[in-house]
Formats: sequence, C-alpha cells, structure tokens
Amino acid sequence: MSTATLTTGRPARKRRSARPRALNASASLGLGVGLLWFSLLVLIPLSAVVVEASGGGWGTYTSALTNSQTVNALQLTVGVAVLTTLINMVMGTVIAWVLVRDKFWGKRVLDLVIDIPFAMPTIVAGLVLLALYGSQGPIGVEFENTRKAVFLAIAFVTLPFIVRTVQPVLEEMETDVEDAAASLGATRFTILRRVVLPTLVPAIFAGAALSFARGISEYGSLVLLSGNLPNRTEVTSYRMASLLEGGNRPAAAALATIMLLVALLAIIVLDVTQRRLARRG
Amino acid sequence: MASASTAVGNRSPVTTWVLRIVVVAYLFLLIAWPTGLIAQNTFRDGLDGMRSALGDPDVTHALWLTLRVSVIAVAINLVFGVGMSLLLVRYDFPGKRLLSALIDLPLSVSPVVVGLALVLVYNPRYGWLGEGLHDRGIDVVFATPGIVMATCFVVLPLIVREVVPVLEELGDEQEQAARSLGASGAQTFWRITLPGIKWAIVYGVVLSLARSLGEFGAVKIVAGRSIGNMETATLLVQREYQNFHEDVAYSVSLLLVVASVLCLVVVALLRPTEGSQPELIKEKK
Repeated sequence: MSTATLTTGRPARKRRSARPRALNASASLGLGVGLLWFSLLVLIPLSAVVVEASGGGWGTYTSALTNSQTVNALQLTVGVAVLTTLINMVMGTVIAWVLVRDKFWGKRVLDLVIDIPFAMPTIVAGLVLLALYGSQGPIGVEFENTRKAVFLAIAFVTLPFIVRTVQPVLEEMETDVEDAAASLGATRFTILRRVVLPTLVPAIFAGAALSFARGISEYGSLVLLSGNLPNRTEVTSYRMASLLEGGNRPAAAALATIMLLVALLAIIVLDVTQRRLARRG
Repeated sequence: MASASTAVGNRSPVTTWVLRIVVVAYLFLLIAWPTGLIAQNTFRDGLDGMRSALGDPDVTHALWLTLRVSVIAVAINLVFGVGMSLLLVRYDFPGKRLLSALIDLPLSVSPVVVGLALVLVYNPRYGWLGEGLHDRGIDVVFATPGIVMATCFVVLPLIVREVVPVLEELGDEQEQAARSLGASGAQTFWRITLPGIKWAIVYGVVLSLARSLGEFGAVKIVAGRSIGNMETATLLVQREYQNFHEDVAYSVSLLLVVASVLCLVVVALLRPTEGSQPELIKEKK
C-alpha cells in the first residue's frame, strides 16, 4: 500500500531494547500464583459454561437456536450491535478528528464526556437515558419499552471505543503528508480518502470490534429502559438471565457459549488489526 | 499533541464548524443532557430526597457493601495486574502470547456470562468447586466472595492494559544497572521499576475502581435472590426504581455518577503526564 510507505517517514516511537529473560524461581512462583488465580476466576468458570452447554450434545444448541424467542433475541442483539457499530465508525472517527485537529473552548470537557459511558454504572446509564427519552422526559418522546430504547442504550455504552482507538493514531499522525498532498494539488476529499483514512482504518476496525463485542453483551443499561418484552425488545443477555432464573441452565449455557465464540472472534480481529497497526508504526 | 497547522482543518472553516456542531450536538443529546437530568431529578424537591435516601439503612448498607467489595477487588487486581505485567514484559515463557490475549477476554464477555460462569463453578449445590468449598464452610456464590470475584473478573484487564505499554517503553536498562550494582529483586522493584510505572498503576486503579463501583449484571447473577445483605448500590437502584421509589433510585444513581465522574477527572488530570513520564523520571535523577 502506498500509504504504508508514506507513514514510515515519521519518527518511530522511542523504544529502548528490553530483552525478556527466562523465568527465575521467584518469577515462576509469581506466574504460578497469577495463573492459579486467573484459572479460578476466568478459565475454569468459562470452561464450565462450555461444558454445561455441551452436556446434552448438539441437541442443546439446536433446541436453543430453534426457540423462536431466543432467535428473536439474537437477531435483535446482533442487528442493533451492527447498526450502532456502523454509526460509531462514522461518529467515533468524526469525534476523534474534532478532538485532535480542532481547537475550541471546552474541548477538554468534551474529552471527559466521551469517557462517561465507560465509567458510568450500566444500570445508571439506563436510568439516565430514561430521564431524557422516557415518557416523563422534557422532550416528550416515549422511547421506553421500544426497540429505539435498545438502540439508544447500546449507542450510549459503545460510544467511547472507536473514539479512544482512533484518537491516539490521529495524534501521532503528522500533517506534513497531508500538506504535501495538498501542495501537489490533491483535493480535500482525495487527501481524506488516500492519506488520512487508510492510516486510520486499522484503528477504526480495532475499535469497531470492541464496540460490537460490547454491543452484543450489553445487559445493565437495558434492564430499566427497554422493558425486555419477549420477541420485541429482549436482548440475548436478558434472555440468558431469564433462562438461568427459570432453571434452564443448559440453554443459558448454550447461548452463553455462542456469545463467547463471538467475543473470542472479536478479540482475534482486534489482535490481528493491532498487529498490523504495530507493524506499520 | 497535534501541531497547530492542520492541513485539512485550516482550509475549510465551514467543514470545521459543521463537524464541531455535529460532535457537540451528538455528545450533548446522547450523554451530557441525560446525565445532567439525573442531578435535576434528584434535587427536584430540594435536598429532601437525598437526605431521606441517605437515612435509609438499606441504602447505607448497600453503599458500604459496594465500597468494601470495590476496594477488595481493586486491591486483588492491583497485585495481579502489576505482577502479570512484569511477567509479560520482562520474562519469556511458553504461552505468553496466548495468556496476554486471554487477559483481555473479560472486556468482551457479557456480564451475564460472567455471572453464569461463576455460578456454574461455585454454586454450593452443583458447582464444580462449590460443593467442596461448601462442605468446608466456605460459600462463594450468593455471598460476598462471589460478588468480589465477579467484580475482579470484569476489572481484570484494566491494570495490565495500562502498565504493560509503559513497562515496554521504559525498557530494562535501569533495572539491569541496579541489579549489576547488587540490588536485590525487591529493591530493584521498589526503587527502580515502581517509580517508573507509578502513574500507569494509579490510572489503572482509578479505572478499576470506577468499574467496580458500577458493576451490575455479573453481581446480580452471583448475588442471586438473596436480596438484603447482598445488595450492592447498583442492585438497589434497580429494586428501588422498579418499586416506584424513584427519589431513592435517583439519589443513589447521582452518587454513583459523581463517583465515576470524579474518577474520570482524576484520570484526565493524570493523563498529560503519562506521555512525558520517562523523561520526567530522568529529570529527577
């Protein structure tokens, strides 16, 4: 790619050589304790989910995936996650652009506002959105218990991801390449398409993977907001929780396994794109 | 930082303004206005709502439980995060790449899956490890340890993700120098490594704390229906709101929002020093 060669011109990040050593006794002990904790906390429990789901063979999956309520929940969840991720790819990039390239009063406040959805408790996020977009809100829309509310909640909680992955790349990108392109007569649109976007694309996709993974797994912000009406506004996480509450552990585990696979896929995409990004920089 | 001369931005004031307005409007409608309304709703009747909420023993109990669980979870994660970062950056061992990828896994796992996973292993009746632990008088799920574990699960990657890049950037020359001059491993860590990664750790801890205070889904599943003494602040918000005690729900929500925004302000104040950190350390020497 032409841009790859263009961007190698910028000064590489100062990185002193660090030679990883082989483990000594105390490091091995530390690694052992760390791995034990990691296994007890994450690996064994997540395997338990897969094992629970596989206990009944493929039947558990097929019955879970032929249940119309579950299928509707999956469809809604994936649909909304895809839609909000697409919106975030545009809005997130635009927000990052404005935060890096524009200068105006109150920009630091804006920078802080971006992180609010990440730090705010999800249940409070639902309540917060309800305060404006609910029937008692000041603008007179009634989004509660509709699919619009699901969309709104996911858009809220996934907002920071693409902004925060694109922002550092934009900050490191120097404008001389753009200046050079402009001096050679390239239009703004051409510069955007041929110079700026290709550099940002890996970061946008890394953020999109995070945004999508978060979108399909959202739970807390929907509890108060969407009403969780079966077949209408019920998302996968909520369906899973109600299956579990109803004592149908295998079905809940099967659904959880499917979602784990999707999460794993998102991580692989993230890892691959980050590696590509690192190779470029 | 971006230089002041921006090739595309400078030459198009119209585009600049359009983008600026679009961004501000989007963030205002989606985040700022709704968040502001929480404060407005809480103080609609003056300070009475907040005062009666804080006088409610359920509320104070939930807030204390949340604080206690968060502090324990963050402390555990601090030790794990710093240790793991050192191992991942400074040492070589088989499976390192896999481990480093797996540590990020909790970021994209649904909170309900987290809760379900912990219940399946630690449930006192059918859990893989839960039965044995129950026989020895230890209950994990439907008790405080389960809530702590659920919180640990969701905050697990936050410190590692902050510390690893800083450790990589710092390099290990100073550590090697210290060791060659006869410093022990502990001395090298406390006197050389820790000062270098101090701010990354603080940053990770603050993020973890914000996340711990607000965890809902995983805690809800793990706490089960044993409402009352296992009710954290976020669970209380849900129950009070659904029982039409909106004033209590708003008051506790506002407290949680203030706590999380405070965490963000702390992080925002720390952030500028982060990039110039290795240089700062050198200057002090």
